[in-house]
This record gives sequence, structure tokens and C-alpha cells, in this order.
Amino acid sequence: MSETSESRVSIRARLPGFLRRADPAVLTAFGCILLLLLFGSLYSSNFLSLDYLLQQLKVASFLGVVAAGMMVVILLGHIDLSVPWVMTTGAMMACAAAGFGSMGIVAAIPVGVLCGVAIGLLNGVGVAYLRIPSMIVTLASNVVAQGLMVVYTGGFSPQDSAPPAVRWLATGALVPGLPNAILVWLAVSAAMIFLLTRTAFGRAVYGIGNSERAAFLSGVGTRRVVMTAFVLSGALSAFGGVLLAGYASKAAQAMGDAYLLPSIAAVVLGGTSILGGRGSYLGTVAGVILITLLQSILSVMQMPEAGRQIVYGAVIIVMLLLYGRAPPNR
Amino acid sequence: MSAAGISAPLFRMEGVSRRYGGVRALENAHLEVVPGRIHAILGENGAGKSTLIKIMAGVVAPDEGRMLLDGREVTFRSPAEAAAAGIACVFQELSLIPDLSVADNIVISNPPRRFGMIDRRAQRALAQEALLRAGADDIHPRAAVKDLPLSRRQMVEIAKALALKPRALILDEATSALTAGDVAKVFAVLRRLRDEGLAILYISHRMQEIAELADTCTVFRNGRNVATFAAGSRSNSEIVEMMIGREYSHVFPPKGKPAAAPGKPPVLECRNLGWTDRLRDVSLAVGEGEVVGLGGLEGQGQRLLLLALFGVLRGVTGSVLVDGRPAAISSPAEARERPFSMALIPEDRKTEGLMLPMTVRENLSFAALDHVARGGIIDRRKEEQLIDDMVRLLEIKTAGLDVPVAALSGGNQQKVVLAKWLMRRPRIILLNDPTRGIDVGTKQELYRLLRRLAETGAAIIFYSTDYDELVGCCDRVLVLYDGRVIRELAGDEINERALIASALNVGDGQAETAA
Amino acid sequence: MNEWRYWLGEQRGTLTGLAIFLAMFAVYVANHPAGFTANVVHTAANKGVLLAFVAMAQALVVITAGIDLSVGMIFVLTNCLASWIVVGAALPTALGAAAVLVVGALCGALNGLLVIYGRLQPIVATIATGAIYFGLALLLRPYPGGSVNEALADALTGRFFGVIPSSLVALAAVVLVVWLPFRRSVIGRAAYAAGSSEQAAFMSGVPIRRGKFMAYLLGGLLAGMGGLFLTFFTYTGEAAYASGSAYTLWSIAAVVLGGVSLYGGRGSAVGAIFGAFAARTTGDMLFAFDVDPLWQPLLQGIVLMIAVSIGSLALLRVRNRLDWFQ
Repeated sequence: MSETSESRVSIRARLPGFLRRADPAVLTAFGCILLLLLFGSLYSSNFLSLDYLLQQLKVASFLGVVAAGMMVVILLGHIDLSVPWVMTTGAMMACAAAGFGSMGIVAAIPVGVLCGVAIGLLNGVGVAYLRIPSMIVTLASNVVAQGLMVVYTGGFSPQDSAPPAVRWLATGALVPGLPNAILVWLAVSAAMIFLLTRTAFGRAVYGIGNSERAAFLSGVGTRRVVMTAFVLSGALSAFGGVLLAGYASKAAQAMGDAYLLPSIAAVVLGGTSILGGRGSYLGTVAGVILITLLQSILSVMQMPEAGRQIVYGAVIIVMLLLYGRAPPNR
Repeated sequence: MSAAGISAPLFRMEGVSRRYGGVRALENAHLEVVPGRIHAILGENGAGKSTLIKIMAGVVAPDEGRMLLDGREVTFRSPAEAAAAGIACVFQELSLIPDLSVADNIVISNPPRRFGMIDRRAQRALAQEALLRAGADDIHPRAAVKDLPLSRRQMVEIAKALALKPRALILDEATSALTAGDVAKVFAVLRRLRDEGLAILYISHRMQEIAELADTCTVFRNGRNVATFAAGSRSNSEIVEMMIGREYSHVFPPKGKPAAAPGKPPVLECRNLGWTDRLRDVSLAVGEGEVVGLGGLEGQGQRLLLLALFGVLRGVTGSVLVDGRPAAISSPAEARERPFSMALIPEDRKTEGLMLPMTVRENLSFAALDHVARGGIIDRRKEEQLIDDMVRLLEIKTAGLDVPVAALSGGNQQKVVLAKWLMRRPRIILLNDPTRGIDVGTKQELYRLLRRLAETGAAIIFYSTDYDELVGCCDRVLVLYDGRVIRELAGDEINERALIASALNVGDGQAETAA
Repeated sequence: MNEWRYWLGEQRGTLTGLAIFLAMFAVYVANHPAGFTANVVHTAANKGVLLAFVAMAQALVVITAGIDLSVGMIFVLTNCLASWIVVGAALPTALGAAAVLVVGALCGALNGLLVIYGRLQPIVATIATGAIYFGLALLLRPYPGGSVNEALADALTGRFFGVIPSSLVALAAVVLVVWLPFRRSVIGRAAYAAGSSEQAAFMSGVPIRRGKFMAYLLGGLLAGMGGLFLTFFTYTGEAAYASGSAYTLWSIAAVVLGGVSLYGGRGSAVGAIFGAFAARTTGDMLFAFDVDPLWQPLLQGIVLMIAVSIGSLALLRVRNRLDWFQ
């Protein structure tokens, strides 16, 4: 190898990671966030206030936690449609656990997350070992989770309220002025970035997303990796549900329904390929913020629900047309 | 036979160029195709042959230059337009639709219609006629293409091109997947078509095929046509020289003397290996420092044998021993670990060896992540160091470690596949036709590397479709036929004649053949 | 005979769907207190036909290796529209019904445009258009209401000669008029080819874009047909988000039960119809067994899980592990 190319490599290697890997899609997503804020500030000066921004980040953190799990699954080239009822299950079970005295209050969060792990395991076994298309397994497990919760609650919203610890986690502020939910999202994000860029598991996820065949022939335990990814997604969805229950101070039927499509949209708007193998976590963060801001602006503008849905869909399409397109055929 | 055309050219290409990104695939190319002749196109990989025919067939558009059909300028915006103009192409990557039936595929570009709907009876008649013309009437028109073996699919592909009733027929490595019997049939068909007045453009790597079939040859190098001459007017070594543009000499490194360690069991041994009806009773042993070749026609079980040893196949019968101890390997994940330390260089580097969109770095360390990671966390410095060693050892030419591996040339991609396994320091190396589709220079580097690995004590099984390679590289060669080992050649016995004779299972008069 | 074997191979998915449906329906009827009567069949048909239309719509798109997650929302949107305009005398009613179908087709066409010419991934593109269609539905019917030409509605949801459910006749007519011509046409073959291997289809000069576009467009039309029938059953329009997403999700399940490959190129809309009826029968079956309605979603989920797992039994026959990844 020639001298020049070697020195070029080392210069690139010295750049901070996020610049080296800066993906045009991620930059566009952040650009769109700024545009939205500017647009919002034309409407009301509140949009650039710290309070408003923190409030938005807090709302975004629930979606952010769910989207983190969704992203890992999408990176594999799969999808997790069980998000709605995994979230609800996590929330309901956490609240239910809190009903069992002081032990239950301590165990509330782990119990909720473990329920997510269990459903994630079901998804993972179906996809990785039985090789059923993920779209259909997760669809079925969503129905199963819904069925379980309907049987458990008798079809009504449960009366258990979220335990204080859960409420504190979602609405409290360990650092004054900075909601805990944002801290939780930050922690999850840091863990995700580490997982995806620094660990063998992360490499395997990208590798499988690009070519599962090549990954298998490289001696990677592809089935274990796929299963783990679904477990992770289940756990994070359930955790998101628990947080949401803390925010609303109780669990409710169908509370997760509004999170499935936004979580997929957030991951894709952040530049992750829905076919797997390509995408950076920072993009997902951008996508989550983007979608939350969009929803917020539409509601601040007091647009009726119908108009909100239409604008929401149209904006996603326009942004995808800007940078989410497949290369042309020739 | 003279090189001058007897009749006026059917098709002319003048000054055609095409770039992909910064790479010039074809530059100022000229070509003249005459009816009633078989015109061979020769060249190394990356010489521009594929681009040339893709332009002719309307798959890609040229950047510059013009094309004339019957003296009139034409442009093809799609394969359909080229087909309508009478140019049909049998592609190297198959263009058949797996879920449709044979008949559906044969008439796909212009199905017969009645009242706007596809007329299935007429379609079937057309398909049967085309299959007959291609000499493949053993294929049922209603069979789904995905259920056919590769060689049958290739015949369907030829029938599909013929169904277009073309005036010019392009065959791009069309015989690469065929059995010897099919090749003979196809050649007969091609000669007949030539005599019927078709212009035939024939692209192949196999020199013998070209010598047997072609009337005219054109050699391409670095995207330009460098010479056109009548077939038979140049010797093979002259042609090879034109292709590579330098002396073609000293290809293979000298074979070493494998140190026969007395009393030491072979590193890898298998006894009476079987798998469905595709592998039967295969026994072989590879010692330390030995290169054992697998020969025979394509698709006789060589690839499956390597997969079976690597733990990819289920339900393998017989026994595998490593260092004389029974080894039950049920996945590549087990095969690569100690005490086996196996590596498999798979058949198709683009889908099985590499993740094309991922960076060179990520690809290189992918199989050895457990070596560079502690507790699942990647030690970047260690990774960097191992990668640097490998890039230097194999002289991988890349613009950096963070470019997608897809941007590398075929030869360098193959080096990356090798390097990613060598990083694990394997003791048993299984190679599945590693030099397919790479340039002559890189091939030679690989031969030297292979020998060096053997000298450091690796046990190597080397499957190649190129007989010269087996002759030049291997200490012993096992020839497979229909899933069985029918001949073992060692030392001076390994020559092209013996290899071909045993591959065809005809016997060469010197040795008896099994089965 | 040899020819039969090939026919079986071609129709395997559809026949599997039929077998699943027949097995479930047999169990259902055997345990139904009334048994196999015209009434029971009529109720089952009317329940299943809505999902059957939506599942056919989904099948068309899935055959091209795409997916339409907006199909339930098109269904809801056309329902809301129909509750406004399919009213009055014969002529306005007919024009209204035609307009509803045209709107359905336009929705499908928009999906097709975005996926084919906009080169967006079908999953995300149809998530977004689904939001738009639902928004439009809300605009039309912020609150449930409206009406429909009741004479027409009763005719299409009643029985022919007191025996044959007319909704089934309508479904069969749609199969004959929409599906079969598509299946037999060059465009339809292009849709299959594009779903099976887009690269090979391009090399073969197949009109990929037209084929895919037509599949999306007809998908919208069929979903609109479903919306129209929903109006005939309920006499009202309602922009129900939960109903729309449930139909989308169950349409995917129905397509899979009906033997349509989610990887594209394989299966038929007829199979999807059987899949839809099979999916619907699971719900009814629990009713026949007198199960507490509370348990219904759970058991439905478990049946669905088992049904999709059965397909994976083929995996046991795979002897080359690389075949897992095709």
C-alpha cells in the first residue's frame, strides 16, 4: 500500500467518530429539526424556550426508548409489530406488581421489563429458529399479548396506579430542571451507541442485516444474535410502556397503539434502511425528536385531529422523498 | 479462414465508452458483428466484456459513441428494445424468474395473447419449440424454474433467447454451469444457428471452448479492444499475452515437500462421508502442510463436500476426524473454533464471503471478532493491528479501511475474504474455487500465499474449476464424479490429461476407474 | 398424471389456504348449535367477506414483494365516503358507488406512485399514506354517522334464492372481473415477475413498473370495495382508527394463511380469500364452543401463532443450512 493512502487512513481514523461516519441522512434529519423549530418560532416565540424544548424531549423520551429497540430489529432487516401490546403489557404488569406490597413496588419495573423480554423471546424464537417472517410472528404475538391483557383486565382499564418509583422515573427530576425521563433516554442512547459501535454483537447485527448468509458462514451465531435483538426490542418496548404508565400515572388499554408507526417512522427518517444493515443510532435520535416536534407543532397550532394526521403523513413522505429513496435501477 | 467478413456487418459499435463512477469500464470500443459467424470475445475480468454486452443488450446505456444496426444508428433504452431489434442475450447472472414456470419464462418478453389475455396453449407450444431448438426438450414447460438444477436453468436461458427469434445472439459465459454433455449439445445448436445465418457473440474464459467453436476472436484489455483475428491464427500463449499485456510465465510457486511426520495422524480426515444422494462414501485425509485438490466437472459434489466438512449440512453420515479424534461439527461457529480451527472460503464472495456495503475494516475483522473482543467489547487497537497485519500480508489495495468493500476490485475483494479467515490463524483451510473471476496477477499472489500457508503447517483442501491450477498447486488431487471420489492423483500423475479424463469418468488407459 | 403434479405445485399455496379454511369451518359447523344451515353460512360469509376484500387487496401488493400498511385505512376512508354519497335514487347511488371505488383506486395509485416512481420502501411509504387516508376519513366523518341506500345494501348482504349469500356472489364476481383478468394478463405476470426477482424481470424486459403500479392500484380498488361493503353492513360511516389498523394487520395474517409468500412472486388472491375466511372462522369458532368472549382475542392469537408456525415445519426437511437464508 502506498504511503499517501496510509496517511489518509490515519487522518480519517483520528477524526471523531460522529464526523467520520456522518451520514447525509442524519444531517438532513437534524436540519429538518432546526427548520421545524424555526417554523414553530414564527408561530409562537415559546418554541425556542428552554422549557418547551425540555418538555418536548421528555415527551420524546418514551418514543425514543421504544425506537431504540425497534432500530436494532430493523438493522437486522426485520420488523417488530408487537410494540403496541408489549408496551401495554409492560405497563399493566408493572402496575399490577406494585399491588403486591413493598416487594412489589421494588419489583415493578423489572417485572414490566421481564414481560417484554418474554414476548421478545417468543418473537425471537419464531424468527430466528422457526424462520417465520418477522412481520407475521410479531403480529401474532401482538395479538397474543393483547389477548392476555384482555383476559387479565376483563377488558377494562386496570385500577392499579403506577408505583411512585415508576412515576418518579418518568416525571421526577433528579437534576433540578432536567426531567428524569430525558436522563433515562440518554442512558439508553449511550448504551445503544456503545452496543452498536463497540461490541461484537453490534457488528454482528450490521453483518446479518447486510448478508445473513455471509454472517453465518463467518461462524457468527446468527440465530442467537437475531433472537437477542428481538428480546432487546421487547424489553425496551416494555420499558417504554412502564415509563409511559409512570407519566400517565396508570396503565390503560391500547396505550401503546400510538407508538408503533411513529417508532418505525423515526428509525427510517433517521436514515436507517428498512432493509437492514445500514443506519446510525444518532439518526434514530434525530428521527424521534423530529416526529415529536412535528406532533407538538400540529397540536399547538390547534389543528383538528384529521388535519394533523394528513400533515403528519405528508411530511413523512416529503422527507422520505428528500433522502430515503432507493438508488435508481440504472 | 480469413478474418475479413464475407457479408456486411449486422451490428457495429463505434467509439463506445462507459464509466461507473470513476472507473472506466469501456473506452472507445469498436466492434463489428457479422451474420453467420461465431465471434469470440476474450479478456481478463474487468477488461470490459460484460459492459460491452450489457450495452449491446440495452441493460446499460453508453456514455459516448454510437451503435449501428444494419447501418442505421440505434439506441436501446431497455433490454426490451434491444430484443425488439433482434439482439438477444444469454446472461451470466441468470435472468430467469424463479417462481414462474419454464414456459412463462421463455415467452416472458412477449407472451402470445388472445383477447388481451395470455394464451397459455400458444405459450406452451412456443416454449416447447424453443426448448427443442436449444436441445433441451427434456425440460417440462410447466416446471417451476426454482425447482430446476442450475444446468437446466442455463438451458432454459438459452431457449428463452432463441424464442425471441434473434438475428444476433450473445452468450456471456453461458456454459459455465453446464455439464459436459450439455456443452456439446449447446455447441451443436450454436453451429446450426450460425449456419442459419445468425450472428453469434460468444464470451468465455475457457480457451478450449473458443478454439473449438469460434470463427473470429476479439481481445479486450482495460476497456479497449486490442486485437481482432481469425480463430486459430494465434497460439494460446500469444492470446494470453494480448489479454494480460505482458509475458505469461512462471505462474506457480514450486511445490514443497510436505514433511511426512511419522505416526502423526492427518490433520483432517473423513471416512465414508455421505449426504442425501449428492455425496457418497467420500474418504480423504489431509496432512500438515499438504495441499489437496478437488477436481472434476462442476457440480459433482465438491462444494457440498466442503460445506459438509464445515458443518453446514445436516444429516451427514460417516465420520470426520481432526488430529485423529472424532469431530462432530454442526455449524460454522463450531468449525472455526479450536481444536478444529477451520476456515472456509466460500463459493460466492459477493453473497457468502462479504457484506458488500460494509467497510473493509468491518469485513476483515468480522470472522475474528471473538479474537479482538474481550467480553463482547471490541478492542479497537487490537483490531486495527490485526487488520494492518493482514492488509500488509496480502497486499490488499484499498483507498482506506473505511471504504465499502464493494468499491474494491474482484481480486482485492477475494483477498479480503481470505484475510478475514487468516486472521484466525486457521489450521484447516477449505477453498471453494477462490480464483473464479479474479485477474491473473492476483491469482498468482494467491498461489504463492497458498503455498506459504502450507509451509507453515496448514492443511488445505483446494477446489478449483481450473485444471491448470490443480496441476500447479496441489500435492494430491481427488477427482469427484457424481458425489464419489473416483480417482486420486499424486505427484507427477497430476496432469491436465489425467484430470480431464477422470473428470469425464472415461479413464485414460493408464489407470482403471472406479464405479 | 404428470400434468397434475405441476398444477398442484402451482396451486399449493392456495390449496393450503383452502384446506386450513375447510378444516376450521368443519369444526365450527360441527360444533355450532344450529349446524350447517343457510343462516350459519350466511352469517359466516358476511363476517368474512370484508376481510376477504382487504386480504385480496393485500395479496396483490404482497405478490410484487411489497406490503400495503395503508390498506385498512383505505377501507375506513371509503367507508366514510360511501356513507355520504351512496344514497338516493338508483342513478346517484350507482354513481356514488363508482366514485367510492375510484377513490379507493386513487389511494392505491398514490401508494404505487410513491413506491415505484418515488422509490420509497413500501412499509414506510404506506405507513405515511395510511395516516393521510385516516386523516381524510376523519375529515369526512368526525363522528360516526351517515347513511346508505338501504335497498341496495340489503340486496347485497342478503341471500340469493334464500340460500346463497349475495355477498359471496359479489366476492366471486370481483374475483372473475378483477383478479382473473389480472392474473392472466401480461401486466399481472409482470407483477409476479417483479415480486419474484426484480433484477431478472428487468433483464427480461418485463414491464415491471406497470405491473407493480397496477397491483397497487387494484389493491386500492379492492380495499375500496371492502369499504363499500362495510357501509352496506353497518349503514353508517365511521373513522375508526382501531378498526383500520386491525384490518391491516389481519389482512397480512390472512395473506400468509392463504399461502401468499411475503417475499413476493408466489400465491394468489384466491388463496388470500380462503386465508381471510379461515382467520374469521377462528373468532367464530370460539363462539361456537361457547368460550367467554374475554378469551377470544387470546385464543385467536394462539391459533394464529400455531397456524404460522406450521409453515416452519418445512424447516425440518432442510438439510443444507444455507437454505435458511434464501
